[in-house]
Amino acid sequence: MVKGRFESLKGKGVEILSIVSALIIWQLIAVYVVQNKFFLPSFTDVSLAFYSVVSRQMDFPVDILSFTRQIQMPVLIVDLLYSLMHFFIGMIGAFLIGMPMGMLMGWFRSVERVFDPLIEVVRPIPPLAWIPFAIIWIGLNPFGAGFLIFIGALFPIIINTFTGFKNIPRIYVEAAKVLGCNKDRELIRHVALPSALPSIAAGIRIAMGVGWMCLVAAEMFGVSKNGLGYKIWHHYYLHNMDFVLVYMLVLGFLGLLIDRLLRLYVEGRLLKWRTGMVI
Amino acid sequence: MAYRNGDLMGRVSVRGVSRRFVKNGVSHTLALENIDLEIEDKEFVCFIGPSGCGKTTLLRIISGLDTPDGGDVFVSNEKITSPGPKRGMVFQEYSLFPWKTVMNNVIFGPLMRGVKKEKAMEEAEKYLDLVELTQFKDSYPHELSGGMKQRVAIARALANEPEVLLMDEPFGSLDAQTRNSLQCELLKIWQKKHLTILFVTHSVDEAVFLADRIVMLTARPGRIKEITVVDIPRPRNRTSMEFNQLRNHLLKILAEEQENK
Ligand SMILES: Nc1ncnc2c1ncn2[C@@H]1O[C@H](COP(=O)(O)OP(=O)(O)OP(=O)(O)O)[C@@H](O)[C@H]1O
Ligand SMILES: [Mg+2]
Repeated sequence: MVKGRFESLKGKGVEILSIVSALIIWQLIAVYVVQNKFFLPSFTDVSLAFYSVVSRQMDFPVDILSFTRQIQMPVLIVDLLYSLMHFFIGMIGAFLIGMPMGMLMGWFRSVERVFDPLIEVVRPIPPLAWIPFAIIWIGLNPFGAGFLIFIGALFPIIINTFTGFKNIPRIYVEAAKVLGCNKDRELIRHVALPSALPSIAAGIRIAMGVGWMCLVAAEMFGVSKNGLGYKIWHHYYLHNMDFVLVYMLVLGFLGLLIDRLLRLYVEGRLLKWRTGMVI
Repeated sequence: MAYRNGDLMGRVSVRGVSRRFVKNGVSHTLALENIDLEIEDKEFVCFIGPSGCGKTTLLRIISGLDTPDGGDVFVSNEKITSPGPKRGMVFQEYSLFPWKTVMNNVIFGPLMRGVKKEKAMEEAEKYLDLVELTQFKDSYPHELSGGMKQRVAIARALANEPEVLLMDEPFGSLDAQTRNSLQCELLKIWQKKHLTILFVTHSVDEAVFLADRIVMLTARPGRIKEITVVDIPRPRNRTSMEFNQLRNHLLKILAEEQENK
Protein backbone atom coordinates (compact mmCIF):
# COMPACT_ATOMS: atom_id res chain seq x y z
CA MET A 1 0.00 0.00 0.00
CA VAL A 2 2.65 2.49 1.10
CA LYS A 3 4.92 1.23 -1.60
CA GLY A 4 2.14 1.58 -4.10
CA ARG A 5 1.56 5.18 -3.15
CA PHE A 6 5.27 5.86 -3.37
CA GLU A 7 5.36 4.29 -6.82
CA SER A 8 2.48 6.47 -7.99
CA LEU A 9 4.27 9.55 -6.64
CA LYS A 10 7.41 8.53 -8.45
CA GLY A 11 5.40 8.28 -11.65
CA LYS A 12 4.29 11.89 -11.15
CA GLY A 13 7.86 13.24 -11.00
CA VAL A 14 7.40 15.79 -13.76
CA GLU A 15 4.19 17.17 -12.31
CA ILE A 16 5.67 17.59 -8.83
CA LEU A 17 8.79 19.19 -10.25
CA SER A 18 6.66 21.63 -12.21
CA ILE A 19 4.70 22.77 -9.17
CA VAL A 20 7.75 23.00 -6.93
CA SER A 21 9.70 25.07 -9.44
CA ALA A 22 6.74 27.38 -9.96
CA LEU A 23 6.61 27.99 -6.20
CA ILE A 24 10.34 28.68 -6.06
CA ILE A 25 10.24 31.06 -9.00
CA TRP A 26 7.26 32.85 -7.48
CA GLN A 27 9.12 33.25 -4.19
CA LEU A 28 12.27 34.53 -5.89
CA ILE A 29 10.45 37.02 -8.07
CA ALA A 30 8.39 38.33 -5.16
CA VAL A 31 11.35 38.73 -2.84
CA TYR A 32 14.12 39.90 -5.20
CA VAL A 33 12.40 41.39 -8.22
CA VAL A 34 9.11 42.92 -7.17
CA GLN A 35 10.07 43.59 -3.57
CA ASN A 36 6.60 44.88 -2.79
CA LYS A 37 4.24 42.86 -0.63
CA PHE A 38 1.24 44.82 -1.84
CA PHE A 39 2.00 44.23 -5.48
CA LEU A 40 2.96 40.57 -5.25
CA PRO A 41 2.96 38.74 -1.90
CA SER A 42 5.54 35.98 -1.77
CA PHE A 43 4.83 32.32 -1.17
CA THR A 44 5.92 32.64 2.45
CA ASP A 45 3.66 35.68 2.99
CA VAL A 46 0.75 33.71 1.64
CA SER A 47 1.62 30.70 3.78
CA LEU A 48 1.67 32.87 6.89
CA ALA A 49 -1.64 34.45 5.94
CA PHE A 50 -3.05 30.99 5.42
CA TYR A 51 -1.82 29.91 8.83
CA SER A 52 -3.45 32.96 10.34
CA VAL A 53 -6.92 32.32 8.86
CA VAL A 54 -6.72 28.69 9.88
CA SER A 55 -5.53 29.31 13.45
CA ARG A 56 -7.59 32.40 14.33
CA GLN A 57 -10.90 31.38 15.87
CA MET A 58 -14.19 33.15 15.59
CA ASP A 59 -17.79 32.65 16.71
CA PHE A 60 -20.10 30.78 14.47
CA PRO A 61 -23.78 30.78 15.37
CA VAL A 62 -25.39 27.37 15.22
CA ASP A 63 -29.14 26.92 15.41
CA ILE A 64 -30.28 23.57 16.67
CA LEU A 65 -34.02 23.32 17.29
CA SER A 66 -34.40 27.08 17.89
CA PHE A 67 -31.63 26.94 20.43
CA THR A 68 -28.80 29.21 19.36
CA ARG A 69 -25.22 28.63 20.39
CA GLN A 70 -21.94 30.18 19.45
CA ILE A 71 -19.28 27.71 18.41
CA GLN A 72 -15.61 28.60 18.06
CA MET A 73 -14.24 27.85 14.63
CA PRO A 74 -11.29 28.90 12.46
CA VAL A 75 -12.06 31.93 10.29
CA LEU A 76 -11.44 30.09 7.08
CA ILE A 77 -13.90 27.34 7.97
CA VAL A 78 -16.60 29.89 8.80
CA ASP A 79 -16.03 31.61 5.45
CA LEU A 80 -16.14 28.24 3.77
CA LEU A 81 -19.44 27.31 5.39
CA TYR A 82 -21.04 30.60 4.37
CA SER A 83 -19.83 30.23 0.81
CA LEU A 84 -21.04 26.65 0.55
CA MET A 85 -24.39 27.78 1.89
CA HIS A 86 -24.69 30.47 -0.82
CA PHE A 87 -23.47 28.02 -3.42
CA PHE A 88 -25.87 25.25 -2.54
CA ILE A 89 -28.88 27.52 -2.19
CA GLY A 90 -28.27 28.54 -5.80
CA MET A 91 -27.40 25.07 -7.06
CA ILE A 92 -30.36 23.34 -5.44
CA GLY A 93 -32.69 26.01 -6.78
CA ALA A 94 -31.25 25.68 -10.26
CA PHE A 95 -31.54 21.91 -10.05
CA LEU A 96 -35.13 21.89 -8.82
CA ILE A 97 -36.28 24.27 -11.53
CA GLY A 98 -33.90 23.49 -14.37
CA MET A 99 -34.28 19.73 -14.44
CA PRO A 100 -38.09 19.53 -14.67
CA MET A 101 -38.09 22.40 -17.13
CA GLY A 102 -35.50 20.76 -19.40
CA MET A 103 -37.30 17.43 -19.12
CA LEU A 104 -40.70 18.84 -20.07
CA MET A 105 -39.22 20.85 -22.90
CA GLY A 106 -37.39 17.83 -24.23
CA TRP A 107 -40.36 15.52 -23.97
CA PHE A 108 -43.28 17.71 -25.03
CA ARG A 109 -42.83 19.64 -28.24
CA SER A 110 -45.48 22.18 -27.18
CA VAL A 111 -43.62 23.04 -23.97
CA GLU A 112 -40.45 23.47 -25.99
CA ARG A 113 -42.15 25.89 -28.33
CA VAL A 114 -43.48 27.98 -25.46
CA PHE A 115 -40.27 28.23 -23.43
CA ASP A 116 -37.51 28.04 -26.00
CA PRO A 117 -37.82 31.64 -27.26
CA LEU A 118 -38.02 32.98 -23.71
CA ILE A 119 -34.92 31.07 -22.67
CA GLU A 120 -33.04 32.19 -25.75
CA VAL A 121 -33.71 35.81 -24.81
CA VAL A 122 -32.89 35.56 -21.10
CA ARG A 123 -29.93 33.18 -21.32
CA PRO A 124 -27.35 35.54 -22.85
CA ILE A 125 -27.77 38.06 -20.01
CA PRO A 126 -24.61 37.64 -17.88
CA PRO A 127 -25.52 36.42 -14.37
CA LEU A 128 -23.79 39.40 -12.78
CA ALA A 129 -26.10 41.81 -14.58
CA TRP A 130 -28.82 40.46 -12.30
CA ILE A 131 -27.18 41.89 -9.15
CA PRO A 132 -29.44 44.99 -8.89
CA PHE A 133 -32.56 42.91 -9.18
CA ALA A 134 -31.21 40.30 -6.81
CA ILE A 135 -30.88 43.05 -4.21
CA ILE A 136 -34.29 44.58 -4.91
CA TRP A 137 -36.23 41.34 -5.17
CA ILE A 138 -34.53 39.27 -2.53
CA GLY A 139 -32.43 41.63 -0.48
CA LEU A 140 -29.07 41.45 1.23
CA ASN A 141 -29.30 37.93 2.61
CA PRO A 142 -27.91 34.52 1.68
CA PHE A 143 -30.76 34.00 -0.74
CA GLY A 144 -29.74 37.12 -2.62
CA ALA A 145 -26.31 35.60 -3.21
CA GLY A 146 -27.90 32.25 -3.95
CA PHE A 147 -30.06 33.89 -6.60
CA LEU A 148 -27.04 34.96 -8.67
CA ILE A 149 -25.56 31.48 -8.50
CA PHE A 150 -28.98 30.15 -9.41
CA ILE A 151 -29.06 32.32 -12.54
CA GLY A 152 -25.60 31.16 -13.53
CA ALA A 153 -26.33 27.48 -12.95
CA LEU A 154 -29.88 27.35 -14.28
CA PHE A 155 -29.25 27.50 -18.01
CA PRO A 156 -26.56 24.83 -18.32
CA ILE A 157 -28.88 22.48 -16.44
CA ILE A 158 -31.91 23.30 -18.58
CA ILE A 159 -30.00 23.09 -21.84
CA ASN A 160 -28.24 19.82 -21.06
CA THR A 161 -31.34 18.12 -19.70
CA PHE A 162 -33.22 19.28 -22.76
CA THR A 163 -30.53 18.02 -25.14
CA GLY A 164 -30.34 14.71 -23.30
CA PHE A 165 -34.07 14.25 -23.68
CA LYS A 166 -34.03 15.25 -27.34
CA ASN A 167 -31.35 12.71 -28.12
CA ILE A 168 -32.94 9.65 -26.56
CA PRO A 169 -32.60 6.89 -29.15
CA ARG A 170 -36.09 6.18 -30.44
CA ILE A 171 -35.53 2.44 -30.20
CA TYR A 172 -35.47 2.53 -26.37
CA VAL A 173 -38.76 4.36 -26.19
CA GLU A 174 -40.29 1.93 -28.65
CA ALA A 175 -38.91 -1.09 -26.82
CA ALA A 176 -40.44 0.22 -23.60
CA LYS A 177 -43.77 0.82 -25.31
CA VAL A 178 -44.09 -2.72 -26.63
CA LEU A 179 -43.20 -3.97 -23.16
CA GLY A 180 -46.22 -2.17 -21.76
CA CYS A 181 -44.66 1.10 -20.57
CA ASN A 182 -46.95 3.52 -22.33
CA LYS A 183 -47.65 6.52 -20.17
CA ASP A 184 -45.55 9.68 -20.51
CA ARG A 185 -44.75 9.68 -16.82
CA GLU A 186 -43.49 6.10 -16.85
CA LEU A 187 -41.57 6.55 -20.07
CA ILE A 188 -39.84 9.62 -18.69
CA ARG A 189 -38.98 7.86 -15.47
CA HIS A 190 -37.87 4.52 -16.83
CA VAL A 191 -36.44 5.40 -20.24
CA ALA A 192 -35.85 9.10 -20.83
CA LEU A 193 -34.25 9.93 -17.52
CA PRO A 194 -31.69 7.11 -17.40
CA SER A 195 -30.91 7.53 -21.06
CA ALA A 196 -30.37 11.28 -20.66
CA LEU A 197 -28.44 10.95 -17.42
CA PRO A 198 -24.95 11.35 -18.91
CA SER A 199 -25.99 14.60 -20.54
CA ILE A 200 -27.74 15.80 -17.38
CA ALA A 201 -24.67 14.97 -15.29
CA ALA A 202 -22.48 16.91 -17.68
CA GLY A 203 -24.89 19.83 -17.38
CA ILE A 204 -24.73 19.79 -13.60
CA ARG A 205 -20.98 19.75 -13.79
CA ILE A 206 -20.91 22.79 -16.06
CA ALA A 207 -23.51 24.47 -13.86
CA MET A 208 -21.39 23.92 -10.76
CA GLY A 209 -18.43 25.49 -12.52
CA VAL A 210 -20.42 28.54 -13.56
CA GLY A 211 -22.06 28.81 -10.14
CA TRP A 212 -18.69 28.68 -8.43
CA MET A 213 -17.46 31.49 -10.71
CA CYS A 214 -20.42 33.64 -9.72
CA LEU A 215 -19.70 33.15 -6.04
CA VAL A 216 -17.15 35.97 -5.61
CA ALA A 217 -19.43 38.51 -7.22
CA ALA A 218 -22.47 37.21 -5.38
CA GLU A 219 -20.81 37.83 -2.02
CA MET A 220 -19.41 41.16 -3.11
CA PHE A 221 -22.53 43.25 -2.65
CA GLY A 222 -22.77 42.77 1.07
CA VAL A 223 -25.02 39.81 1.66
CA SER A 224 -22.99 38.73 4.71
CA LYS A 225 -19.81 39.48 6.62
CA ASN A 226 -18.35 36.09 5.80
CA GLY A 227 -17.69 34.00 2.75
CA LEU A 228 -14.68 33.25 0.60
CA GLY A 229 -15.69 35.75 -2.07
CA TYR A 230 -16.59 38.44 0.43
CA LYS A 231 -13.22 38.09 2.14
CA ILE A 232 -11.36 38.76 -1.09
CA TRP A 233 -12.91 42.21 -1.25
CA HIS A 234 -12.65 42.76 2.46
CA HIS A 235 -8.90 42.15 2.45
CA TYR A 236 -8.47 44.13 -0.73
CA TYR A 237 -9.88 47.21 1.02
CA LEU A 238 -7.48 46.52 3.91
CA HIS A 239 -4.63 46.18 1.38
CA ASN A 240 -3.85 42.68 2.65
CA MET A 241 -2.98 41.23 -0.70
CA ASP A 242 -1.50 38.10 0.87
CA PHE A 243 -4.92 37.30 2.34
CA VAL A 244 -6.57 38.04 -0.99
CA LEU A 245 -4.32 35.47 -2.57
CA VAL A 246 -5.07 32.90 0.13
CA TYR A 247 -8.79 33.18 -0.55
CA MET A 248 -8.22 33.06 -4.29
CA LEU A 249 -6.29 29.85 -3.95
CA VAL A 250 -8.86 28.33 -1.60
CA LEU A 251 -11.60 29.14 -4.13
CA GLY A 252 -9.58 27.47 -6.84
CA PHE A 253 -8.79 24.34 -4.90
CA LEU A 254 -12.32 23.99 -3.60
CA GLY A 255 -13.74 24.35 -7.09
CA LEU A 256 -11.42 21.60 -8.23
CA LEU A 257 -12.38 19.39 -5.29
CA ILE A 258 -16.11 19.81 -5.84
CA ASP A 259 -15.69 18.98 -9.51
CA ARG A 260 -13.66 15.86 -8.73
CA LEU A 261 -16.09 14.63 -6.07
CA LEU A 262 -19.03 15.09 -8.41
CA ARG A 263 -17.26 13.26 -11.17
CA LEU A 264 -16.34 10.39 -8.87
CA TYR A 265 -19.92 10.09 -7.67
CA VAL A 266 -21.43 10.28 -11.12
CA GLU A 267 -19.09 7.75 -12.66
CA GLY A 268 -19.10 5.37 -9.75
CA ARG A 269 -22.76 5.33 -8.85
CA LEU A 270 -24.92 6.67 -11.63
CA LEU A 271 -23.20 5.70 -14.84
CA LYS A 272 -21.78 2.27 -14.18
CA TRP A 273 -23.37 1.10 -17.39
CA ARG A 274 -21.32 3.35 -19.60
CA THR A 275 -17.89 2.51 -20.88
CA GLY A 276 -15.10 4.88 -21.67
CA MET A 277 -17.08 7.70 -20.16
CA VAL A 278 -15.69 11.19 -20.50
CA ILE A 279 -17.60 14.02 -18.93
CA MET B 1 -70.26 -15.38 -28.51
CA ALA B 2 -69.60 -18.55 -30.41
CA TYR B 3 -65.84 -18.59 -29.87
CA ARG B 4 -64.15 -19.64 -26.74
CA ASN B 5 -61.93 -16.84 -25.59
CA GLY B 6 -58.85 -18.84 -26.51
CA ASP B 7 -59.77 -19.07 -30.17
CA LEU B 8 -59.92 -15.32 -30.38
CA MET B 9 -56.79 -14.51 -28.48
CA GLY B 10 -53.81 -14.32 -30.78
CA ARG B 11 -55.59 -13.82 -34.06
CA VAL B 12 -54.10 -11.18 -36.32
CA SER B 13 -56.09 -9.64 -39.17
CA VAL B 14 -54.37 -7.25 -41.52
CA ARG B 15 -56.97 -5.62 -43.76
CA GLY B 16 -56.00 -3.50 -46.75
CA VAL B 17 -52.96 -1.99 -45.07
CA SER B 18 -50.91 0.58 -47.00
CA ARG B 19 -48.07 2.74 -45.80
CA ARG B 20 -46.55 5.63 -47.65
CA PHE B 21 -43.63 7.56 -46.22
CA VAL B 22 -43.86 11.25 -46.97
CA LYS B 23 -40.86 13.53 -46.92
CA ASN B 24 -41.14 17.32 -47.17
CA GLY B 25 -44.74 17.04 -48.25
CA VAL B 26 -44.02 14.89 -51.29
CA SER B 27 -44.64 11.18 -51.30
CA HIS B 28 -41.32 9.55 -50.85
CA THR B 29 -41.71 5.79 -50.71
CA LEU B 30 -44.67 3.54 -50.96
CA ALA B 31 -43.51 0.90 -48.50
CA LEU B 32 -46.62 -1.29 -48.29
CA GLU B 33 -49.52 -1.53 -50.67
CA ASN B 34 -52.83 -3.12 -49.83
CA ILE B 35 -51.74 -5.98 -47.59
CA ASP B 36 -54.49 -8.44 -46.66
CA LEU B 37 -53.61 -11.24 -44.31
CA GLU B 38 -55.40 -13.42 -41.78
CA ILE B 39 -53.21 -15.14 -39.22
CA GLU B 40 -54.79 -17.74 -36.97
CA ASP B 41 -54.27 -17.99 -33.26
CA LYS B 42 -51.16 -20.03 -32.43
CA GLU B 43 -49.93 -19.87 -35.98
CA PHE B 44 -46.26 -19.46 -36.87
CA VAL B 45 -45.88 -17.26 -39.93
CA CYS B 46 -42.62 -16.28 -41.57
CA PHE B 47 -42.14 -13.26 -43.83
CA ILE B 48 -39.49 -13.14 -46.50
CA GLY B 49 -38.79 -10.62 -49.21
CA PRO B 50 -36.07 -8.46 -50.68
CA SER B 51 -34.38 -5.91 -48.45
CA GLY B 52 -36.37 -2.70 -48.13
CA CYS B 53 -39.67 -4.26 -49.16
CA GLY B 54 -41.46 -3.23 -45.99
CA LYS B 55 -41.21 -6.22 -43.64
CA THR B 56 -40.14 -4.12 -40.69
CA THR B 57 -42.80 -1.56 -41.53
CA LEU B 58 -45.48 -4.25 -41.51
CA LEU B 59 -44.39 -5.57 -38.09
CA ARG B 60 -44.29 -2.05 -36.70
CA ILE B 61 -47.82 -1.42 -37.90
CA ILE B 62 -49.04 -4.65 -36.33
CA SER B 63 -47.32 -3.79 -33.06
CA GLY B 64 -48.95 -0.35 -33.07
CA LEU B 65 -45.68 1.59 -33.23
CA ASP B 66 -46.55 2.86 -36.69
CA THR B 67 -49.96 3.69 -38.14
CA PRO B 68 -51.01 2.67 -41.64
CA ASP B 69 -52.20 5.27 -44.13
CA GLY B 70 -54.93 2.93 -45.29
CA GLY B 71 -56.52 -0.17 -43.82
CA ASP B 72 -56.63 -1.56 -40.30
CA VAL B 73 -55.02 -4.19 -38.13
CA PHE B 74 -57.03 -6.23 -35.65
CA VAL B 75 -55.54 -8.47 -33.00
CA SER B 76 -57.99 -10.63 -31.07
CA ASN B 77 -60.73 -8.68 -32.90
CA GLU B 78 -59.48 -5.48 -31.36
CA LYS B 79 -58.37 -2.62 -33.57
CA ILE B 80 -54.74 -1.71 -32.98
CA THR B 81 -54.15 1.96 -32.32
CA SER B 82 -51.17 1.96 -29.97
CA PRO B 83 -48.47 -0.43 -28.79
CA GLY B 84 -49.19 -2.72 -25.86
CA PRO B 85 -47.68 -5.61 -23.95
CA LYS B 86 -49.90 -8.20 -25.63
CA ARG B 87 -47.85 -7.80 -28.79
CA GLY B 88 -44.22 -8.42 -27.98
CA MET B 89 -41.51 -7.35 -30.36
CA VAL B 90 -37.92 -8.36 -30.96
CA PHE B 91 -36.37 -5.51 -32.94
CA GLN B 92 -34.00 -5.86 -35.86
CA GLU B 93 -31.50 -3.53 -34.18
CA TYR B 94 -30.19 -3.65 -30.62
CA SER B 95 -32.87 -2.48 -28.26
CA LEU B 96 -31.73 -3.50 -24.76
CA PHE B 97 -31.69 -0.67 -22.24
CA PRO B 98 -27.96 -0.06 -21.79
CA TRP B 99 -28.45 1.32 -18.28
CA LYS B 100 -30.06 -1.87 -16.99
CA THR B 101 -28.42 -5.20 -16.32
CA VAL B 102 -29.50 -8.22 -18.33
CA MET B 103 -31.78 -9.32 -15.50
CA ASN B 104 -33.36 -5.90 -15.11
CA ASN B 105 -33.94 -5.72 -18.84
CA VAL B 106 -35.78 -9.03 -18.78
CA ILE B 107 -38.00 -8.21 -15.80
CA PHE B 108 -38.85 -4.73 -17.11
CA GLY B 109 -42.06 -5.81 -18.84
CA PRO B 110 -43.40 -7.93 -15.96
CA LEU B 111 -42.65 -5.12 -13.46
CA MET B 112 -44.59 -2.72 -15.67
CA ARG B 113 -47.54 -5.11 -15.54
CA GLY B 114 -47.35 -5.10 -11.76
CA VAL B 115 -45.70 -8.47 -11.15
CA LYS B 116 -43.75 -8.60 -7.88
CA LYS B 117 -40.02 -8.28 -8.35
CA GLU B 118 -39.11 -11.64 -6.82
CA LYS B 119 -41.68 -13.49 -8.87
CA ALA B 120 -40.52 -11.70 -12.01
CA MET B 121 -36.90 -12.60 -11.34
CA GLU B 122 -37.79 -16.23 -10.82
CA GLU B 123 -39.58 -16.28 -14.16
CA ALA B 124 -36.79 -14.37 -15.85
CA GLU B 125 -34.26 -17.01 -14.76
CA LYS B 126 -36.17 -19.55 -16.82
CA TYR B 127 -36.03 -17.47 -19.96
CA LEU B 128 -32.39 -16.58 -19.45
CA ASP B 129 -31.69 -20.25 -19.01
CA LEU B 130 -33.45 -20.90 -22.29
CA VAL B 131 -31.16 -18.55 -24.18
CA GLU B 132 -28.21 -19.85 -22.13
CA LEU B 133 -27.28 -16.55 -20.57
CA THR B 134 -27.97 -17.20 -16.89
CA GLN B 135 -24.39 -16.50 -15.92
CA PHE B 136 -24.54 -13.06 -17.56
CA LYS B 137 -27.63 -11.89 -15.72
CA ASP B 138 -25.73 -9.17 -13.84
CA SER B 139 -23.83 -7.91 -16.86
CA TYR B 140 -24.62 -4.72 -18.67
CA PRO B 141 -25.46 -4.88 -22.40
CA HIS B 142 -22.14 -3.30 -23.41
CA GLU B 143 -20.43 -6.33 -21.92
CA LEU B 144 -22.24 -8.72 -24.27
CA SER B 145 -21.59 -9.69 -27.86
CA GLY B 146 -24.09 -8.80 -30.57
CA GLY B 147 -25.63 -12.27 -30.64
CA MET B 148 -25.88 -12.36 -26.85
CA LYS B 149 -27.71 -9.03 -26.84
CA GLN B 150 -30.20 -10.37 -29.34
CA ARG B 151 -30.76 -13.47 -27.18
CA VAL B 152 -31.46 -11.27 -24.16
CA ALA B 153 -33.92 -9.30 -26.28
CA ILE B 154 -35.71 -12.55 -27.09
CA ALA B 155 -35.82 -13.53 -23.43
CA ARG B 156 -37.14 -10.08 -22.58
CA ALA B 157 -39.95 -10.33 -25.12
CA LEU B 158 -40.88 -13.85 -23.99
CA ALA B 159 -40.82 -12.99 -20.30
CA ASN B 160 -43.60 -10.50 -20.90
CA GLU B 161 -45.84 -13.40 -22.04
CA PRO B 162 -47.35 -11.76 -25.11
CA GLU B 163 -50.18 -13.29 -27.15
CA VAL B 164 -48.49 -12.33 -30.37
CA LEU B 165 -44.73 -12.22 -30.77
CA LEU B 166 -43.33 -10.11 -33.59
CA MET B 167 -39.75 -11.00 -34.42
CA ASP B 168 -37.74 -8.92 -36.88
CA GLU B 169 -34.77 -10.99 -38.04
CA PRO B 170 -33.98 -11.97 -34.48
CA PHE B 171 -31.33 -14.50 -35.42
CA GLY B 172 -29.67 -12.38 -38.09
CA SER B 173 -26.52 -11.76 -36.12
CA LEU B 174 -26.00 -15.28 -34.78
CA ASP B 175 -23.66 -18.01 -35.95
CA ALA B 176 -25.21 -21.04 -37.63
CA GLN B 177 -24.81 -23.24 -34.58
CA THR B 178 -26.54 -20.91 -32.12
CA ARG B 179 -29.08 -20.06 -34.73
CA ASN B 180 -30.12 -23.68 -35.20
CA SER B 181 -30.37 -24.36 -31.49
CA LEU B 182 -32.38 -21.20 -30.89
CA GLN B 183 -34.72 -22.12 -33.71
CA CYS B 184 -35.44 -25.40 -31.92
CA GLU B 185 -35.89 -23.61 -28.60
CA LEU B 186 -38.24 -21.11 -30.15
CA LEU B 187 -40.37 -23.90 -31.59
CA LYS B 188 -40.49 -25.57 -28.17
CA ILE B 189 -41.62 -22.37 -26.48
CA TRP B 190 -44.15 -21.74 -29.20
CA GLN B 191 -45.62 -25.19 -28.79
CA LYS B 192 -45.74 -24.89 -25.01
CA LYS B 193 -47.17 -21.39 -24.74
CA HIS B 194 -50.26 -19.91 -26.23
CA LEU B 195 -48.41 -17.83 -28.77
CA THR B 196 -48.81 -16.54 -32.31
CA ILE B 197 -45.46 -15.77 -33.93
CA LEU B 198 -44.80 -13.45 -36.86
CA PHE B 199 -41.20 -13.89 -37.86
CA VAL B 200 -39.24 -11.90 -40.43
CA THR B 201 -36.17 -13.54 -41.88
CA HIS B 202 -33.81 -13.31 -44.81
CA SER B 203 -33.12 -16.99 -44.70
CA VAL B 204 -35.40 -19.25 -46.73
CA ASP B 205 -33.95 -22.19 -44.86
CA GLU B 206 -34.99 -20.69 -41.54
CA ALA B 207 -38.48 -19.94 -42.82
CA VAL B 208 -39.05 -23.47 -44.08
CA PHE B 209 -37.76 -24.92 -40.83
CA LEU B 210 -39.98 -22.79 -38.61
CA ALA B 211 -43.15 -21.70 -40.33
CA ASP B 212 -46.68 -23.01 -40.73
CA ARG B 213 -47.03 -20.55 -43.56
CA ILE B 214 -44.51 -18.41 -45.42
CA VAL B 215 -45.54 -15.01 -46.74
CA MET B 216 -43.40 -13.78 -49.60
CA LEU B 217 -43.47 -10.02 -50.21
CA THR B 218 -42.64 -8.28 -53.48
CA ALA B 219 -39.91 -5.68 -53.84
CA ARG B 220 -40.97 -2.12 -53.16
CA PRO B 221 -43.83 -1.40 -52.91
CA GLY B 222 -44.38 -4.40 -50.67
CA ARG B 223 -47.33 -6.51 -51.75
CA ILE B 224 -48.04 -10.13 -50.96
CA LYS B 225 -46.55 -12.16 -53.77
CA GLU B 226 -47.27 -15.63 -52.55
CA ILE B 227 -48.34 -17.44 -49.41
CA THR B 228 -46.88 -20.92 -49.08
CA VAL B 229 -48.23 -23.47 -46.63
CA VAL B 230 -45.43 -25.60 -45.19
CA ASP B 231 -46.92 -29.02 -44.85
CA ILE B 232 -43.92 -30.83 -43.43
CA PRO B 233 -44.47 -32.41 -40.00
CA ARG B 234 -42.22 -31.19 -37.15
CA PRO B 235 -39.47 -31.84 -36.19
CA ARG B 236 -38.35 -31.00 -39.69
CA ASN B 237 -35.28 -32.43 -41.23
CA ARG B 238 -33.31 -29.90 -43.22
CA THR B 239 -31.88 -32.56 -45.50
CA SER B 240 -35.17 -34.23 -46.39
CA MET B 241 -36.49 -34.21 -49.95
CA GLU B 242 -39.64 -32.22 -49.35
CA PHE B 243 -37.73 -29.63 -47.31
CA ASN B 244 -35.31 -29.06 -50.16
CA GLN B 245 -38.00 -29.00 -52.81
CA LEU B 246 -39.84 -26.27 -50.97
CA ARG B 247 -36.68 -24.33 -50.31
CA ASN B 248 -35.63 -24.41 -53.94
CA HIS B 249 -39.06 -23.27 -55.03
CA LEU B 250 -38.95 -20.31 -52.63
CA LEU B 251 -35.39 -19.41 -53.57
CA LYS B 252 -36.45 -19.32 -57.20
CA ILE B 253 -39.29 -16.86 -56.70
CA LEU B 254 -37.19 -14.79 -54.33
CA ALA B 255 -34.48 -14.51 -57.00
CA GLU B 256 -37.12 -13.44 -59.51
CA GLU B 257 -38.26 -10.76 -57.14
CA GLN B 258 -34.72 -9.51 -56.50
CA GLU B 259 -34.30 -9.05 -60.25
CA ASN B 260 -37.50 -7.04 -60.60
CA LYS B 261 -36.23 -4.63 -58.01
N1 LIG C 1 -39.28 6.22 -41.00
C1 LIG C 1 -39.16 6.10 -42.34
N2 LIG C 1 -39.15 7.21 -43.11
C2 LIG C 1 -39.03 7.11 -44.45
N3 LIG C 1 -38.92 5.96 -45.11
C3 LIG C 1 -38.94 4.82 -44.41
C4 LIG C 1 -39.05 4.84 -42.98
N4 LIG C 1 -39.02 3.55 -42.54
C5 LIG C 1 -38.89 2.80 -43.65
N5 LIG C 1 -38.86 3.54 -44.77
C6 LIG C 1 -38.76 3.04 -46.15
O1 LIG C 1 -39.72 2.04 -46.31
C7 LIG C 1 -39.20 0.95 -47.04
C8 LIG C 1 -39.38 -0.33 -46.26
O2 LIG C 1 -38.56 -0.31 -45.12
P1 LIG C 1 -38.49 -1.52 -44.10
O3 LIG C 1 -37.60 -1.13 -43.00
O4 LIG C 1 -39.86 -1.94 -43.74
O5 LIG C 1 -37.79 -2.65 -44.99
P2 LIG C 1 -37.43 -4.16 -44.61
O6 LIG C 1 -38.22 -5.03 -45.48
O7 LIG C 1 -37.55 -4.37 -43.16
O8 LIG C 1 -35.90 -4.23 -45.06
P3 LIG C 1 -34.71 -5.10 -44.41
O9 LIG C 1 -34.92 -6.49 -44.82
O10 LIG C 1 -33.50 -4.51 -45.06
O11 LIG C 1 -34.75 -4.88 -42.95
C9 LIG C 1 -37.76 1.28 -47.32
O12 LIG C 1 -37.67 1.70 -48.67
C10 LIG C 1 -37.42 2.42 -46.41
O13 LIG C 1 -36.57 3.32 -47.05
MG1 LIG D 1 -36.24 -4.69 -41.62
